[in-house]
Amino acid sequence: MATATAAEGPADRPQPSPRRDFAGVLTRGAGGRLWAIGTVTLAVLLAVPVLVILGFLLVPSGATWHHLASTVLPDYVANSLLLMLGVTLGTLVGGVGTAWLTSMCRFPGRGFFEWALLLPMAMPAYIIAYTYTGLLDFAGPLQSGLRQLTGWGYGDYWVPEVRSLPGAAVMLSLVLYPYVYLLTRAAFLGQSICVLDVSRTLGNGPWRTFLTVALPLARPAIAAGLSLALMETLADYGTVQYFGVQTFTTGIFRTWYGLGDPAGAAQLAALLLGFILVLITLERYSRRHARYHHTSQRHQAIRRYRLGGWRAAAATLFCALPLLLGFLIPAGQLSVWAVSLADTAYDARFLELVVNTLGLAGLAALLALLLALLLGYGRRLQPSRPVRFAVRLAGLGYAIPGTVIAIGVIIPFAWLDNQVDAWMRATFGVSTGLLLSGTLVALVFGYLVRFLAVSLQSVETGLGKIRPSMDEAARSLGVRPASLLWRVHVPLLRGSLITALLLVFVDVMKELPATLILRPFDFNTLAVRAFELASDERLADSAPAALTIVLAGLIPVILLSRSITGSRHVQPA
Amino acid sequence: MSNRLELCDVDVGYGARAVVRAASFALGEGEIGCLLGSSGCGKTTLLRAIAGFEPVSSGEIWIHGRRVATPGQMLAPEERRVGMVFQDFALFPHLSVARNIGFGLRHLSRRERRARVASLLELVGLGHTAELFPHQLSGGMQQRVALARAMAPRPEVLLLDEPFSSMDAALREQLAREVREVLKREGVTAVLVTHDQLEAFAMADRIAMLADGTIQQCGSGFSLYHEPVNRLVADFIGQGAFLPATAIDALSVRTELGRIAGTRPHGLALDLPAEVLIRPDDLVDDDASPVRATVVERAYRGAEYLYRLELPSGAEVLCLLPSHHQYAPGAQIGIRLEAKHLVAFARTGVQAASPGSN
Repeated sequence: MATATAAEGPADRPQPSPRRDFAGVLTRGAGGRLWAIGTVTLAVLLAVPVLVILGFLLVPSGATWHHLASTVLPDYVANSLLLMLGVTLGTLVGGVGTAWLTSMCRFPGRGFFEWALLLPMAMPAYIIAYTYTGLLDFAGPLQSGLRQLTGWGYGDYWVPEVRSLPGAAVMLSLVLYPYVYLLTRAAFLGQSICVLDVSRTLGNGPWRTFLTVALPLARPAIAAGLSLALMETLADYGTVQYFGVQTFTTGIFRTWYGLGDPAGAAQLAALLLGFILVLITLERYSRRHARYHHTSQRHQAIRRYRLGGWRAAAATLFCALPLLLGFLIPAGQLSVWAVSLADTAYDARFLELVVNTLGLAGLAALLALLLALLLGYGRRLQPSRPVRFAVRLAGLGYAIPGTVIAIGVIIPFAWLDNQVDAWMRATFGVSTGLLLSGTLVALVFGYLVRFLAVSLQSVETGLGKIRPSMDEAARSLGVRPASLLWRVHVPLLRGSLITALLLVFVDVMKELPATLILRPFDFNTLAVRAFELASDERLADSAPAALTIVLAGLIPVILLSRSITGSRHVQPA
Repeated sequence: MSNRLELCDVDVGYGARAVVRAASFALGEGEIGCLLGSSGCGKTTLLRAIAGFEPVSSGEIWIHGRRVATPGQMLAPEERRVGMVFQDFALFPHLSVARNIGFGLRHLSRRERRARVASLLELVGLGHTAELFPHQLSGGMQQRVALARAMAPRPEVLLLDEPFSSMDAALREQLAREVREVLKREGVTAVLVTHDQLEAFAMADRIAMLADGTIQQCGSGFSLYHEPVNRLVADFIGQGAFLPATAIDALSVRTELGRIAGTRPHGLALDLPAEVLIRPDDLVDDDASPVRATVVERAYRGAEYLYRLELPSGAEVLCLLPSHHQYAPGAQIGIRLEAKHLVAFARTGVQAASPGSN
């Protein structure tokens, strides 16, 4: 009985028992509505700090603000801009130059530099900053050596003052150029070799081809890498504070602690956020274009130009320099300091620092992973506009300086504590004081806001590779969404999940400003301790903690470099 | 008679964006149905609505006497007891063949599960691959695993979404027949989605032909080919050309090739222009025939040649002749009608279908 217009009423159909009718989970679309609601709620919660800061743009400015605006604000803006200019120059020369050399040329050590150039990423800027301060000090190895060698005395020679704005720009460039290197290198390798060949057949030499074809094609990637480096520059607190350069982040600290004006600090943070948003837009915009440049399906292996003689030597030197200055020398100095303290430094107190840091980083990484799974999977189940927007909102934190997030966390937490306290006093006559502010809860929440994007990105990339038909196959076999996640996605995602864990773990270990502001009283981490000791001019004493952070920072670098070397086979010319 | 699957007036999608409109379709126990149509006709959407991945905006879907979808309410896919074989097979890469097949059998004890998996492996002829992983199998074997996995929980209805599209074209019909045999042996009620009519003919008991989101006709392959209810179906199924015609009585029409008589009244008005479908196998060459046609082009098909012929009026028809009758383009040949079915529609101002289409 199958006709195109079957119109029998339900009467002659077996009447279903009401219990079986819609007995199962009722859903709209392929996923649970609960997941969607949960996803949006979580995302909004995580967006609170950023929204709070943005809200301060609307609050009428108080007396402090006017004071700030007429005195130090112009300095903050000017210094931040100058710093960005310096980092732009430094990372462009270092990043693009090394990317081009390692991807297009052959010279001694090329294969080694290809991954080793990433090593400076393991070095937090504030650590490299005080390491160089120690190195170039009057009593440091450089000057002492110079004096011994030449017999000069104080004032007979000139050494550049590293604790200055140009010094800060150099320090930041040394550890941030890998962003530009990484993305630019990928762009060069992704370029169709045919395009470059066409340029050669049209009569352009290698240099001209680089300048007129390869470089313009890589421009979106360069811009994306640069905007990442600049975001980190704006987020930096340790370096500029240590060097005494007044920027937004130091200004926020000063307004918060020195002037005791949360609103003024929040308004500075909001202004800083404006700068960041410009950079995010720039980065998104560049990547939008980058996508079009990778459409060529067939990749012919690159034939690298063989460099010989002085050119090869120059290329090796050019790649060795950032590696030496950005990693080997400071890491060496840290090791020397750390070894010199071998008898005394590794006591119960240091152990406590390590335990605190590892516990905190592990907890934050696990929670971030769980949240990322919930959000990423929620978005997969219900890719509706509000859910997509919410997930994007939750991932915004990574671009935002830790200082800004810390202020954005502490203000609503304090408000909540005060509300609870007032209510408790009014109803029960008991004062609860501060329940959340200044506790680990606030600190971990701050980390989640800042670093969720890292694990979210790993999880979403991994999920994106699992075809939707996998989910549908499992569900038509009787598996519910929650159990689908555990039975299909988690096993398939294992690699991405481990990566996500490691990345957040290391990021939390390195994070300084948010930890400084949000940590409970007398709770120390390696990063905080290293910074405090360095600020007290006890550079050598801070080395054990700093070195531990650098070693942990090597983990993501190794992961990255493994994915780099495994990504493409290049035939030698 | 109770239906395993019944779709009553189903719309999928909303308003102007409705992908499927007013689809009604039913399958009895053990029947194999097919949703046939070109890409974008809505066939996959309809299948996904049956599976529970798309909501219906109007109408009802019933599976074995249970209402599973109405507007605003839908039973989750995992509650519907439908099995589905996906276009890309969607085998779980982290599980062995045996564990893929056993994936939907959690409700069984370990022993029962093992027995069911073994019998399914046997059924699809893959007993030796139980511990292999999907990437170690050929495409055809993966497809059989996907079939076994979908059948394992004994679904009320098995849905197959273009299951042969990633296969070698030469193998498709054979695979379709093999799958049909497996389904028939197990008495599975199934719905196949495909754009390939030969696949549909090889596998299905009943075919619903979709175009523009609407089921145009529902019936056997034979009736779709020889008794299409409208131009859309006639154009899609098989090859052929339309010739202008005039009805001369209730059963027959006149064309420039002569008179064609059907066995049933064609229902056309006597004085209005009509058109009639001429299949390539409705024509034979006959030197004695008064009707002469010019060969425009020919395509070699192995056992036959497919000719495109121009009639004196300028209209074109297709003609299939054994390959030992060879005519070069430009040659004049005599042709004669030998049609056993009359497929005629009132002219709607459209000129004859371009021959060679489809």
